Amino acid sequence: MSRRGRVALTQFAILLGLILIWELGVWAGLIDPFFFPAPSTLVVRIGEWMSMADFWTDIGITLLETVLSFLAGIGIGTALGIWLGLSPFAAEVVQPFIKMFNAIPRILLGPIFVIWFGLGLTSKVALGVTLVLFVAFFNTFQGVREVNPVVLANARLLRASKSSLLRHVYLPSATTWILSSLRVSVGMAVMGAVVAEYLGSSAGLGHLIAQAEGVLDATGVFAGIVVLAAFVVVLDAIVDCAEKRLLVWRPAPAHES
Amino acid sequence: MGRPGLAVDLHEVMIRFGDFTAVKSMNLQVAETEFVAVVGPTGCGKSTILNTVTGLLKPAAGDVRIFGKSLTGLNGQSGYMLQQEGLLPWKTAQDNVGLGLVFQGSSIPKAREQARPWLAKVGLKGFEKRYPHQLSGGQRKRVAMAQTLIMEPKIVLMDEPFSALDVHTRRLMHRILLDLWQADRRSLIFITHDLDEAITLADRVVVMSAGPASRMVADVRITLPRPRDVSALQTTDEFVALYREIWSLLGAEVEKSYVTQG
Repeated sequence: MSRRGRVALTQFAILLGLILIWELGVWAGLIDPFFFPAPSTLVVRIGEWMSMADFWTDIGITLLETVLSFLAGIGIGTALGIWLGLSPFAAEVVQPFIKMFNAIPRILLGPIFVIWFGLGLTSKVALGVTLVLFVAFFNTFQGVREVNPVVLANARLLRASKSSLLRHVYLPSATTWILSSLRVSVGMAVMGAVVAEYLGSSAGLGHLIAQAEGVLDATGVFAGIVVLAAFVVVLDAIVDCAEKRLLVWRPAPAHES
Repeated sequence: MGRPGLAVDLHEVMIRFGDFTAVKSMNLQVAETEFVAVVGPTGCGKSTILNTVTGLLKPAAGDVRIFGKSLTGLNGQSGYMLQQEGLLPWKTAQDNVGLGLVFQGSSIPKAREQARPWLAKVGLKGFEKRYPHQLSGGQRKRVAMAQTLIMEPKIVLMDEPFSALDVHTRRLMHRILLDLWQADRRSLIFITHDLDEAITLADRVVVMSAGPASRMVADVRITLPRPRDVSALQTTDEFVALYREIWSLLGAEVEKSYVTQG
């Protein structure tokens, strides 16, 4: 069997083993199902959810919030990163402010955004953007600053204009950095959306979990977490695909070949 | 006025960086269609001369004329091939070759169309869609050469372009370069520290003194007939005689550079 196959099999065995121990523990009365509901009840609960239209609306809303905050965060962060990367003066001026803002635990901004933007979509996206923005910004900034000086000199000798340099040299160079941080960014966007929903909303996965928690329904909370995990795994796979497509020009890492 | 027929005319050029004099007095004339190699010990300011011809460096004293006109700003008629890798790793071979055309406002499909025959000229037909990391060092150099020459510069500047390659690959590069130059003669200034390479390729070999404050110590015409056979050339008596003659001058400068650099 190939190495990859063996890895997958071992992973599956570990997961199955843990679930089995958990399930049997509940059955044998060693684990209190009030705090740790059996996996089988979680499956039943998720099954019930999936037959309800509301659940799909919740997922759709969380997805929309995630995508919007991801795109807006990447857009703003990249633009800011390019601007500051190309202008050392502006970078020096703005840097302490950015560090200060980045040091604030963003989750704390959630309630403020709810006050500002209400319980709807906007407050969720706002929190997601503040999380994604910095990841994208720092990576773009780094990417623009670390353009290979020989490549840059060569492009200049071929008489590249400023806009050509941006399009053909700076942006592609920054893209590798942005893409390598994409997975973190997606995680941040999901986190922003779910936490903001949890803090106050009328729909979404975070809302679902908050509701279950409100009535001490551990099954609902766990089922919500499982759904959320599956949600992130699917997004991660999409990001993986995008990354492979966009970085065809990069040599394969040595350990994969 | 500069003499007619001269592509590059450096007259008493001095280059300073602050208090440091890199080149004290350089007189270099390159005729149209002439291939000139500049040799000298490490740190003698060879690359400085190319930067002056490109217009990246302003001389502290002296005169730089390009086709008889005083050089102001950047030299629009020169193409510069750097010593180190300068290809964009995110562009294919054909897109790298066509890069200068795109910078001039040509559309990407059009640039590709023009780039393909150039890749064929440097012997890379079939490698159009490879990325730089999928090419060998010699192949990347050939892409870089095509990238410079596709712009059809009247003056080609090359700064130790093949110094990082192994001997066999370097021979191949010499053959490709000579074939291209023979087919479409342009003024070419070729910087190298390898005397073999200089004699093999050039019409004239210019020897510079050890830096700092270097100057020209010799200007030797290479009388070897063209077209030249790169592989057979180096064992001919004429080649050996030229090598001895130039090395007697260059060798002394190399010794001096060891002394000053420790």
